[in-house]
Amino acid sequence: MIETNQLTKRYGRFTAVDGVSFRVEPGQVLGFLGPNGAGKSTTMKMIAGFLAPTSGSAKVCGFDVAESPIEARRALGYLPEGAPSYGEMTVLGFLRFIADVRGLDGTRRAARIDDVVGRLQLSGVLHQSIDTLSKGFRRRVGLAQAILHDPAVLILDEPTDGLDPNQKHEVRNLIQSMAKERTIVISTHILEEVNAVCTRAIVIARGKLLADATPAELEARSRYHGAVSLTAPEPAAIKEALSRVEGVSSVEIDPQDGRLTVFPKAGQKIYPRVEALLREQKIEISELQLERGRLDEVFRSITSAAMQERAA
Amino acid sequence: MSLRNHPVAAIARRELAGYFATPVAYVFIVIFLILAGVFTFYFGGFYERGQADLQPFFSFHPWLYLFLVPAVSMRLWSEERKSGTIELLLTLPVTMWQAVLGKFLAAWAFIGIALALTFPIWVTVNYLGEPDNGVIFASYIGSFLMAGAFLAIGACLSAATRNQVIAFILTVVVCFVLLLAGFPLVLDTISAIFPQAFVDAVASLSFLTHFVAIAKGVIDLRDLLFFLFTIGFWLYACALVIDLKKAD
Repeated sequence: MIETNQLTKRYGRFTAVDGVSFRVEPGQVLGFLGPNGAGKSTTMKMIAGFLAPTSGSAKVCGFDVAESPIEARRALGYLPEGAPSYGEMTVLGFLRFIADVRGLDGTRRAARIDDVVGRLQLSGVLHQSIDTLSKGFRRRVGLAQAILHDPAVLILDEPTDGLDPNQKHEVRNLIQSMAKERTIVISTHILEEVNAVCTRAIVIARGKLLADATPAELEARSRYHGAVSLTAPEPAAIKEALSRVEGVSSVEIDPQDGRLTVFPKAGQKIYPRVEALLREQKIEISELQLERGRLDEVFRSITSAAMQERAA
Repeated sequence: MSLRNHPVAAIARRELAGYFATPVAYVFIVIFLILAGVFTFYFGGFYERGQADLQPFFSFHPWLYLFLVPAVSMRLWSEERKSGTIELLLTLPVTMWQAVLGKFLAAWAFIGIALALTFPIWVTVNYLGEPDNGVIFASYIGSFLMAGAFLAIGACLSAATRNQVIAFILTVVVCFVLLLAGFPLVLDTISAIFPQAFVDAVASLSFLTHFVAIAKGVIDLRDLLFFLFTIGFWLYACALVIDLKKAD
């Protein structure tokens, strides 16, 4: 479990993190969203005990990171931004070092190393020095290090940054497979990741917590939520008919691919009506889709408001 | 938790293995041994003196350390900051003290290994004559302690910057000043202006004064404490500097 209370970090007059409070329970995967420089990493560094908060507090499994730092760190696995590791060491040597510092002994040490090597498919590079590995492998070594002691709480700063689509998929599967009974926080600026792995998302911009909701709730804030989009041979011809459907507020044609989007009035379900209209008038369409909402649009509207506030 | 698994031991072991994972360690040891030999036989007149002791060997150690120890210490913390591993290290369940001490002990042990590899000269002098091995032993202790003090200064200054060249130069300068403070030429100049009490105070701060005292074969508790206190002081400063600078 992670709990922060009015967590704040200032550098001189600059406030990097401003009174952030949230709570994550076991079983939850929390996604940290925000533009670059929003304070995601700084927040994670404070929870991990690397940076001391200017004010406020953070607790990991009930241990205050400032008052009982060692206990808090024992309960925590942390992947710092960029997955740093000692380049001259071999993968096995590095994992053994982490195991030693974390006080893993005897058969448990061997079993845990075996487990993470298997989970992250590192067996082929065990005796290679980390410097010689590709970016994807280095990231996996960083993840292996974070989960080596089977921690109850995991904090992963951009775990999929710089990975290819296959590797991203594997890392997301890994996170999901560990999500049960664990508390996981990941930061990302890839919005599709939120839908893929997170049960909850927090949006941070300019150090302030702006939204705390499930991915579905965030999508529902989008103006695309509940809209119907379709592709037809002659979009201009049916635009008029669609805009007269009951509950429709407006119809837009994408200037690039000619795709029609039909927006509902607040709270209206228009998909069945649009579908009925198309059937009645025998309008030929190649595709019809109900939109869930677009996270990138919600993300932009939440964070850009914060930016403007700052500029004013 | 066994001693093998103690965080300080784990950190020191990793660090020491890191030295030998690259050619740096071997290059350093070879240069150290060559220079120690050159100083002893060429400048120190080891044979010409006709005395069975290692005084010409040890008297050059302060100057040898002046350039070689900062070369070891310069990467100690600046490298951790540059590569970002400092964030990894300091979020493991270890205290700041354990991390500072572990890394320092590894570097000190490394210098100790280089120093121990000068044993042929001890064998030589025992073969040629009958030296006072007690004095030689004391000199080794003094030399090792002085290296530790140099290293602690280097560790602190290496924490202050992520640029290894700057760390090197700063360490050389600070160590040079602390050596000079015990140099007769400097002390004579100071004594011309200042009262004797001040001259003694300056001399007592110098590494040279305490090293020469131990190298005479008299291991005075005060000289030992001086070096241990100096090491402690600079390592404490090192921990403070890391805490201050780790955010940038």
